Amino acid sequence: MLKSRFSGLLFQLIALALSFGVVSLILISIDASPSEAFRNMFKGSFGEMRKFAEVLVAFVPLLLVTAGLLVTFSAGLWNIGVEGQVVLGAIATTWVYRYFLESDLPPALIITLAILGGMIGGAIWAAFTGILKVFGGVNEIFGGLGLNFVATALTIYLIFGPWKRPGVASMSGTIPFPDEFSLPLIENLRISPWALGIALIAIIIVFFLLQGTYFGLKLKAVGKNFRAAYLLGIPTWQYSMYSFLICGALAGLAGAMQVAAVYHRLIPSISSGYGYLGLMVAMLINYQAIWAIPVALFFAALNIGSIQLPIVMKLDSSLSGVLQGVLVLFALLVEGARQKFIKKGQNT
Amino acid sequence: MRKNFARLVSLLFVFVFALSACGTPATTEVPAATDAPAATEAPVATEAAPTEAEPFVFGMLLVGPYNDGGWSQAHYEAGLYVEEKLGAKMIYLDKVNPADRPGTTPDQLAEELVAQGAKLVIFNSDDMKDASTTFAKANPDVYVIMASGDQVWSDGKAYEEISNLMNIMGRMEYGKMIAGCAAALSSTTGKIGYLGPLINDETRRLTASAYLGAKHCWEQAGNDPASLEFKVTWIGFWFHIPGFTTDPVDVSKDFYTTGYDVVISGIDNSVNLPEAKKITDEGTPVFAVAYDYINACDVAPDVCLGVPFFNWGPDYLKAIQSAADGSWQSQFLWNGPDWSDLNNHDTSAIGFVKGNALSAEDSATLDAFIADLAGGLNLWTGPINLQDGTPYLADGEVASDQQVWYLPQLLEGMQGLSASE
Repeated sequence: MLKSRFSGLLFQLIALALSFGVVSLILISIDASPSEAFRNMFKGSFGEMRKFAEVLVAFVPLLLVTAGLLVTFSAGLWNIGVEGQVVLGAIATTWVYRYFLESDLPPALIITLAILGGMIGGAIWAAFTGILKVFGGVNEIFGGLGLNFVATALTIYLIFGPWKRPGVASMSGTIPFPDEFSLPLIENLRISPWALGIALIAIIIVFFLLQGTYFGLKLKAVGKNFRAAYLLGIPTWQYSMYSFLICGALAGLAGAMQVAAVYHRLIPSISSGYGYLGLMVAMLINYQAIWAIPVALFFAALNIGSIQLPIVMKLDSSLSGVLQGVLVLFALLVEGARQKFIKKGQNT
Repeated sequence: MRKNFARLVSLLFVFVFALSACGTPATTEVPAATDAPAATEAPVATEAAPTEAEPFVFGMLLVGPYNDGGWSQAHYEAGLYVEEKLGAKMIYLDKVNPADRPGTTPDQLAEELVAQGAKLVIFNSDDMKDASTTFAKANPDVYVIMASGDQVWSDGKAYEEISNLMNIMGRMEYGKMIAGCAAALSSTTGKIGYLGPLINDETRRLTASAYLGAKHCWEQAGNDPASLEFKVTWIGFWFHIPGFTTDPVDVSKDFYTTGYDVVISGIDNSVNLPEAKKITDEGTPVFAVAYDYINACDVAPDVCLGVPFFNWGPDYLKAIQSAADGSWQSQFLWNGPDWSDLNNHDTSAIGFVKGNALSAEDSATLDAFIADLAGGLNLWTGPINLQDGTPYLADGEVASDQQVWYLPQLLEGMQGLSASE
């Protein structure tokens, strides 16, 4: 067991090295220095407090999404629709804010309601995927993907339609909310300690839910073998629905954070691709909650750090996306190789 | 077997380290990165007076790619112009829009430019208006130019006193009138399509200007005023973002295949040109009018009637010069063309370059129209009604700057949405 864990870590490190190798090769092929690129990305993400705060701003929704996805993955479900669930969370949060725009209620209460609204919005959207899956026989990948497009279309419709600015519709989104609707930020930085705290609490809850509860055990049983779980008396479809609802609520929470702590309004790309990025994080950590924090932080740092590439080196910042993608591919590839390796070892 | 695998792994390692020979990957970068003291990179540090020899550094945030052949490239090349004329240094970041840089805000990206030494930041899109205000207020020591905005227009609707912010825009209304005229002169069907970006004050007044120019020249040529059709289709953003906007290539194609033989681009890049060329090559001669960038016709010169373009250089030069020498004044600049020399690179804020597709006869007529404009012809003169029939300008009434800037609807006679639904 210990040996297998050690080899797992070793193989993941190999995957990491290979990924950096491939990205280096790409950089060398365009006459750019890999060391300079990686150094700029590092400086751009951890070089100073302000930049690290930006990394944390990206880390919060990414961690929340990853936390949610760990639950659906445990239940054996590929919740691609997580991106749309983030969007619906943001839409619901915006809706609650708009509803209370003129109200005399204390802002703290309104913020709380808006965040809860976001969680409910995300959960409802996830429930659609779940219902399509459980009752309609639509694979959750297709259902989720379809709903992602609907979510984007709905955002655009709202921004350019009912929620447009007076006289002018703009891709820069709806009119910003008053300052008191914002989660408090650390002075001179853009990160909200509340948002960070909520994300960390969420991952801890998911960790214990999956590791230490009967619920988590049953969920994993459903994920490992749906038929066997059913025969053992676990209400399987209900558990599939629960996992969708939990994931949707966490994704919706991520969307709520985007509105309440980052953009203070609804913008067209409010989800910022964190849903899809969260899928990559979840795959990379092989669905183990314990690794979610460092890997999500690493991915957030790549996103923020890569902004330096076009500014300083005239390179395209999509390089960070290449690195993230290659990393996941190698991690999967190397994991496959390891399984084979272990099997071979047992046979001899 | 296991031996083979181990060999493979070690080979891969060799491979990796050979690749990163000119610098080991991230893990070893840590010491190098941390020895850069954080304090020197904080925005505040840029206040520290540089030595006299150091060039003035200005930053630019471009909404599209720096080489988009349109709006953003016109800004980028103006930046190069300032670099050359002033000996200043430009740092820029392009593709600053929600689709290309998810998870970032323009004000955050502006801070990155400041961290690299910029003492002035140009926000080049209407889309960044809020962010430019936020940034200017949060960084009172950094100069800000918000192109196409109206925040510091004291006669404007959105006036705010922000002493470190300046608004700059060219009077493209003239360019669009010329474009509309060229379109009407060349059209045989009398159906002109306009490729609109999103609907706001700016795009309404520019589209309306193109219509006014087209209508004027159509009537001057002796055609029946009622037979002119002018239709705008809005795609939803300044350029195509798959999944977010309608594809402008499809919109152009729809125009050309339904009898519209001229399409005027109002978006950030002139994708109607290649489409016009395709249709023309297939046997139906059609035309296109480009937009924004002086060389925008080059992608398909033989179908291009011309391009109204922005020449940001002269105004940027003056503004950046004033920031560098301390004579900066927050103001709203809405400068027109240099009528004595329309395409003068050093004096004219906007211009118009004629394309190969414009016939010699139409070219002469267009020149006469330009001369009329230079002589004081104002097409924004009543009677003009808004699209829904509401009177906008009474007979003989000339529109004020505010009336033009904040045009509330398209004009009577134009087809297309006046406001997003």
